[in-house]
Amino acid sequence: MNDIIKKLTAIDRRYLFIIIALVVVIPLLFKPKFPIIPKKPVIDAYKAVDSLSAGDNVMISVDYDAASMPELQPFLEALLRHCFKKELNPIMLVQWQLGAPLGTRAMEKIAKEFDVEYGVDYINLGYRPGYTAQIVGIGKEIRDYFITDYKGDLIDSFSVMDDIHNYDDIDILVGLEAGATGNIWVQYAGARYNQRIILALTAVSAPDAYFFYQSGQIEGLVGGMKGSADYETLIDHPDVAVAGMAAQSFVHILIIVFIILGNIAYFFEKRNKGKTLGGK
Amino acid sequence: MGATLGVWLAAALTLCIYSFLYKDNPFYKFAESLYVGISAGYWLVYTYAYVIEPMLIEPIKTNQEFVLIIPAFFGIIMLSRWFPKIAWLSRWSIAFTVGIGAGLGVTGYIQGFLIPQVKATILPLTGMNMLTLNNLIIIIGVITTLVYFYFSKEHKGMLKVGSRIGVTFIMIAFGASFGYTVMARISLLIGRFYFLIYDWIVPIFSKG
Repeated sequence: MNDIIKKLTAIDRRYLFIIIALVVVIPLLFKPKFPIIPKKPVIDAYKAVDSLSAGDNVMISVDYDAASMPELQPFLEALLRHCFKKELNPIMLVQWQLGAPLGTRAMEKIAKEFDVEYGVDYINLGYRPGYTAQIVGIGKEIRDYFITDYKGDLIDSFSVMDDIHNYDDIDILVGLEAGATGNIWVQYAGARYNQRIILALTAVSAPDAYFFYQSGQIEGLVGGMKGSADYETLIDHPDVAVAGMAAQSFVHILIIVFIILGNIAYFFEKRNKGKTLGGK
Repeated sequence: MGATLGVWLAAALTLCIYSFLYKDNPFYKFAESLYVGISAGYWLVYTYAYVIEPMLIEPIKTNQEFVLIIPAFFGIIMLSRWFPKIAWLSRWSIAFTVGIGAGLGVTGYIQGFLIPQVKATILPLTGMNMLTLNNLIIIIGVITTLVYFYFSKEHKGMLKVGSRIGVTFIMIAFGASFGYTVMARISLLIGRFYFLIYDWIVPIFSKG
């Protein structure tokens, strides 16, 4: 037994990388069906959007970049599908420069699926610097920050913006967050202007936002790829996130096994050291 | 053609980055440097095209909004940090930024964090049901965690018990964060493999 433990503790970590790669690739290739049971925070997010009426405005803030794409891009696409299906008006803006092309790509892709018209049914306002001042300022007038859309056309030339001036005209705000911008939305748009908010966060940031959900400061919370998969399931349009869930589950099982083996090895090593030193 | 080239390039760069898992090598270094360079270049161009040009140059040129020269001046003197002799100038911009940050931060923190979170901890403990149990866990968790961070008195007796319970709550929170972090990293791996399989490899064979 000791020999096995010694070999395990000295194993080249590259073998572990290969095992993890295989455990990810095989489920992606064979696509085993795993039941996806949406969690309450995601169901609440879905219900908040679903309860809106046709013509209501949904402000979507794209606050992530390519490093968080696998986690948040599927949710953005699912959310846009949900909005267009319900004839809501998505108003997209971007707080992370490198997220601008990701937001634009998702919007153009999903808009094509639903045959909706730019400027009438949806708009992309693009990026502006200084998100804290901007988030506070939108409470008074969005035109103080966004005179033009992402292409440089005046926003007043688009009918979708006719009645949008500040948070009073936004029915719900959805922040897709890879950093701390979500906190600013909650602190200012939420606390100061009573804006209804949903946050979709990378899995790393999600635990830090649960207290907002528990306190009722946000109406829903979508955490990581699992949250995106839940949302895809709720809108009945399984896509990339759902496809990744089988691999995710298998890897989690593998990591649990690694942790158990690591702990067994640790205790054996500790016991052996105790024996050689003549201790307990 | 352009899209296919883009996919091949992205796939090759992904493999270059993953080659680091075997060992450090020139392919990895090349991809890493390329990523840093392109990100910086993109950021610079984007800032000029979507910030400086439409929000500074254009309004001055077309609407004679010369007042914008003031924030532009503060922005430029921020760069004076590179020149030791006039580095002191940057303090004006920094003071301005810190002042605004602190002002907004204090009100935002109290209004957006402190008061709502304190309110969310004042919970009813009436009735024998799961909600009461849940509320009780939240209240005990908050109080004992605060006790753990109370350093004005030695942790003995009740304080010791409280801080031990508090540290248990903290460890559970760390565990949840670690679990989520594992999920995040694996999600990124899945995202890349999904791209390699379905955007790169599968189309090659389906065309062939």
